[in-house]
Amino acid sequence: MSEKLNSALDTAGPQAGRIEDLWWLLFGFCAVVFVAVMAVLVAALVRRRTPDESMEPTYAGQRTALRYVGAGVLATGAILLGFLIASVTTDRGLDEIETGGARVLTITGRQWWWEIRYEDARPDRVVVTANEIHVPVGQPVLLRLRASDVIHSFWVPSLAGKRDLIPGRDTGLWIQANRPGTFQGQCAEFCGYQHAHMRFLVIAQPPAEFDAWLEGQRASAPEPATDEERRGREVFLAGSCVMCHTIRGTAAGSIVGPDLTHLASRQTIAAGARPNTRDHLAAWVADPQRTKPGARMPVPELPPADLQALVTYLRSLR
Amino acid sequence: MKLSPEVKAALHEPATDTEAALLERTWARPRGLAGWLASTDHKEIGRRFVVTAFAFFLLGGVLAALMRLQLSRPELGLLDPDLYNQVFSMHGATMMFLFAVPVMEAMGVYLVPLMIGTRNLAFPRLAAFGYYIYLFGGVMIYVAFAFDTGIETGWFSNVPLAGPEFSPGKRTDFYAQLITFTALSAMVEAVNLIVTILKLRAPGMTLNRMPLFVWAMLVTSFMIVFAMPTVATGSAMLMLDRLVSTQFFNPAEGGDALLWQHLFWFFGHPEVYIIFLPATGMVSAMLVPFTRRAIVGYTPVVLALIATAFAGFGLWVHHMFAAGLPKLGQSFFTAASMLIAIPSGTQIFCWLATLWMGRLRFTTPLLFVLGFLFTFVMGGLTGVMLAAVPFNLQVHDTYFVVAHFHYVLIGGAIFPLFGAFYYWFPKTYGRMLSERLGRWNFALMFAGFQLTFFPMHILGLHGMPRRVYTYPAETGWGGLSLLASIGAGVLGLSVLLFLINVLLALRRPRENPANPWHADGLEWSTTSPPPACNYADLPVVRGRYALWTKGEPTVVTGLRRDRMFVLVTHVLDAQPDHKREMPAPSLWPLLAALATTALFIATIFTPWGVVWGLIPVFVTLVGWFWPKQDES
Amino acid sequence: MKTLHKLDVSELPEYAFGHRSIMWWGTMGIVLIEGTMFVALLGTYYYLRSQSTGWPPESPPPDLWFGTINTVILLASCVPNHLYKKAAEREDLRGVRIWLVVAVLFALAFVAIRVFEFRTLNCRWSDNAYASTIWTLLGFHTAHVVTDLLDTLVLTVLMFTGPLKGKRFVDVAENGMYWYFVVWAWLPIYATIYLVSRGGGV
Repeated sequence: MSEKLNSALDTAGPQAGRIEDLWWLLFGFCAVVFVAVMAVLVAALVRRRTPDESMEPTYAGQRTALRYVGAGVLATGAILLGFLIASVTTDRGLDEIETGGARVLTITGRQWWWEIRYEDARPDRVVVTANEIHVPVGQPVLLRLRASDVIHSFWVPSLAGKRDLIPGRDTGLWIQANRPGTFQGQCAEFCGYQHAHMRFLVIAQPPAEFDAWLEGQRASAPEPATDEERRGREVFLAGSCVMCHTIRGTAAGSIVGPDLTHLASRQTIAAGARPNTRDHLAAWVADPQRTKPGARMPVPELPPADLQALVTYLRSLR
Repeated sequence: MKLSPEVKAALHEPATDTEAALLERTWARPRGLAGWLASTDHKEIGRRFVVTAFAFFLLGGVLAALMRLQLSRPELGLLDPDLYNQVFSMHGATMMFLFAVPVMEAMGVYLVPLMIGTRNLAFPRLAAFGYYIYLFGGVMIYVAFAFDTGIETGWFSNVPLAGPEFSPGKRTDFYAQLITFTALSAMVEAVNLIVTILKLRAPGMTLNRMPLFVWAMLVTSFMIVFAMPTVATGSAMLMLDRLVSTQFFNPAEGGDALLWQHLFWFFGHPEVYIIFLPATGMVSAMLVPFTRRAIVGYTPVVLALIATAFAGFGLWVHHMFAAGLPKLGQSFFTAASMLIAIPSGTQIFCWLATLWMGRLRFTTPLLFVLGFLFTFVMGGLTGVMLAAVPFNLQVHDTYFVVAHFHYVLIGGAIFPLFGAFYYWFPKTYGRMLSERLGRWNFALMFAGFQLTFFPMHILGLHGMPRRVYTYPAETGWGGLSLLASIGAGVLGLSVLLFLINVLLALRRPRENPANPWHADGLEWSTTSPPPACNYADLPVVRGRYALWTKGEPTVVTGLRRDRMFVLVTHVLDAQPDHKREMPAPSLWPLLAALATTALFIATIFTPWGVVWGLIPVFVTLVGWFWPKQDES
Repeated sequence: MKTLHKLDVSELPEYAFGHRSIMWWGTMGIVLIEGTMFVALLGTYYYLRSQSTGWPPESPPPDLWFGTINTVILLASCVPNHLYKKAAEREDLRGVRIWLVVAVLFALAFVAIRVFEFRTLNCRWSDNAYASTIWTLLGFHTAHVVTDLLDTLVLTVLMFTGPLKGKRFVDVAENGMYWYFVVWAWLPIYATIYLVSRGGGV
């Protein structure tokens, strides 16, 4: 089992679990049908015949043979009917999830990253983050899916089937994780240049741990503790970064790019393109196009010292 | 009629050698380059059509090889994402629009008139026009690709990604026009085949004696007539959105992003059957001589073809399950998608029964038929799985689907097609392909195919989406991807072997008798290759397996041999109705195709292209239809 | 006529009218193709309407006046169309000439009024999806009218200048059949653009 689950056959939630059951049912029957058909084919090829070099055609035997054809068609129909029932039943089951008081997240697909909002009745308690979804184990979560540019598709194979995010239409999806773990997710609908690097993680935590995480995310960004960090914040606020990004607790409040308030708490950068290490972060900020060609982030053109300070500051945003 | 008494008398008798020579002169096209370009002989057009489609198949294959190289290891940088996106888009568009559909039509253009015992297609000039339009469309998109203006949004180019805002530049306009070109070509060839099949069959070839390949082409052509117009309409709307700011697909102005998907898949799913049904016709045609028996269940097979065509239009929404449409509608499309397995199953059971009851001859074409059965049954079964909405939601847009449709399209169409190449090559070129190389060709193709595409099922289940230019190592997809890439190499090798086989055969002198396979079809009664007029005397058909029918053959007499006459018969019972003089070879179809091409390409750059472009189109069409002086 | 080994067809005619002719089948094929395109466009209209909250979204519906006059003209054009088709089937060159010219005049009148139809749609194609759809529907139908008008003109010239042969009458008859298609296709489009758009909200 890999560390971060990424498989429709290694599931951790009721949605994907029901589909996995359906898969094994379909697979089982189809395997039997395949083997049976191939057995008939092989038998037809090798069965004993009187050696016969004549080119004289035969016409006989139609009637008997057609009886077998008819039986095969009937069997096909019966199996298909069974599949149809199994499919519809499973489909109904996907909606049978205890949804009272469920947490609501709004996920917005953008070229090429995910904006994640933890909705709350009180606007100041809304949490905005990117590319990393934390969920409490054992509790259903409603995802409201939006697209701000082109069609994307939200897919975490270990938790649920995919659902498209379509501009001009709101769609939604229930997910629930039954055990703690980290699950890989990705955009599944081709959405342009960096479709490959539109990945995200779903991290299922015990409810207490999740609540603590969420509370931490609600906080504004920590104040810089060192001179280097202070300088980094100045670089951030003085440069082009503020044109697109938000760091709550500072003057930066633009929502074009991902919210960076707690950037350092996230496992990856650039929508899963790289692990969130100092080196990768520095390389990414220095020239986003090298890490992720086509990404919408421009090159900030910073002197090396400023860049290092900026990275130090960003690394402090835990 | 100004005929001398001798000629008149001779008309009523089967052709002698001199008369056959006269007939041959009548039907031969002018010599030289102009004559070559003016040709309206369905065999010549069909041959060019097949060769052109095969060239695009090779190009598409090279693109596939590039993708397999890039994906062989995680995080490779052989292709940058911009190029990779163009490569996979061009691969898909090439294989669907420039290879699979055209090659099936092309086989029909070549074979149908021979199989039904007539001298040419109903509209010979239209056939030439359709070929040229297809050729120019294909050349256009590859020239654009060479100038870094290839398709970038996939072969089904969903909006808004393909709309004016997110696909600036001309790449997607070339895509939309490629659809216009291929749809136009496919539609004119389809109408041509329909009319040919319904009205030019040899006397006595009633509908229930028609060869199954001809049935398949008839049904396919009807599917084209209903499927292609919707995608042509959709691509016109896409062009309008991009060129003159209409708002069809813009959600901000009342347009709808899913509208494109409905229009596209209403064509796109039948498209699969447009490719598959002719291949089933080839399978049925090849099974008969190599089992040395009548097909088991001729009527069920014909009914299955027709049922597939109807059902094929009722399941496009299964490409859109992940869009979250209303549940009840989805269940309907699940049922419809599963239902189509019944006619497909019927055909498979009939072929199995034919194999069981037959006395087999293990020739290369038969091997390809067996490879087809193995591969297509598996692809069909994964297709049934995909019809189940919940499962579809997991594997939609993943490598599982990539595996599925390659099993269906390569298994269901390319294997029979290669079998058909081996089977009809001697008819076309008068030489056999090597059986020994053929067996190797089959073995490598079969093994390479399974190695390439079987692992993709597992990759998809393990979360690999399609259309990613690379993937991180932590996904664990590296091993199976490498295996698939190796398989692609083997697959490529098998195609190379086929080309070698063809080249070696063409270097040998012509040797072949009319009917090397002892086959039943009418096309095997004429020489290999057939003369320009196809048949010195048009045959009269007395049974379903024309050449196997006992008794003395009957021929048509009384058709003038100094003019290009064909016999028009009744739709159902193929009783002779009237004679029709066919138009002579002409350069007008080429000129009209050039003018149409100019119009289509100009439209990419300015809406005025339509206005000015129509003038040369009109002129060439008048030239085309204006009767020659000697008619009066 | 039929002997044991020969099927002599020398007595058969060299052309035939109606569904015996391959021209009829070819024209039917084109009608099916174009008809499917009309259906796709009408489908687009009703699909977008079903997805929308107000219809027409911003503008008043098209004015009825010119569209209705033109519908009457188009229906009336069936008379000369019928007459030249029948004359062609009788191979009556004089009748064909007269009624072809009359049919051309009807088509010209129709196209002239069509210009005013576009001007009274009360929207521009780029305003919104509704506007795009009705402009495209009207434009696509106009393209068919103009195509058949040009076709009829060419045939008319041919009928006066020659070279003529019996089977050219088949072409004239098939041209008449195509015009019927253009007429019948207009009726649902008229109802959609002018009447359904008038129906108010959904």
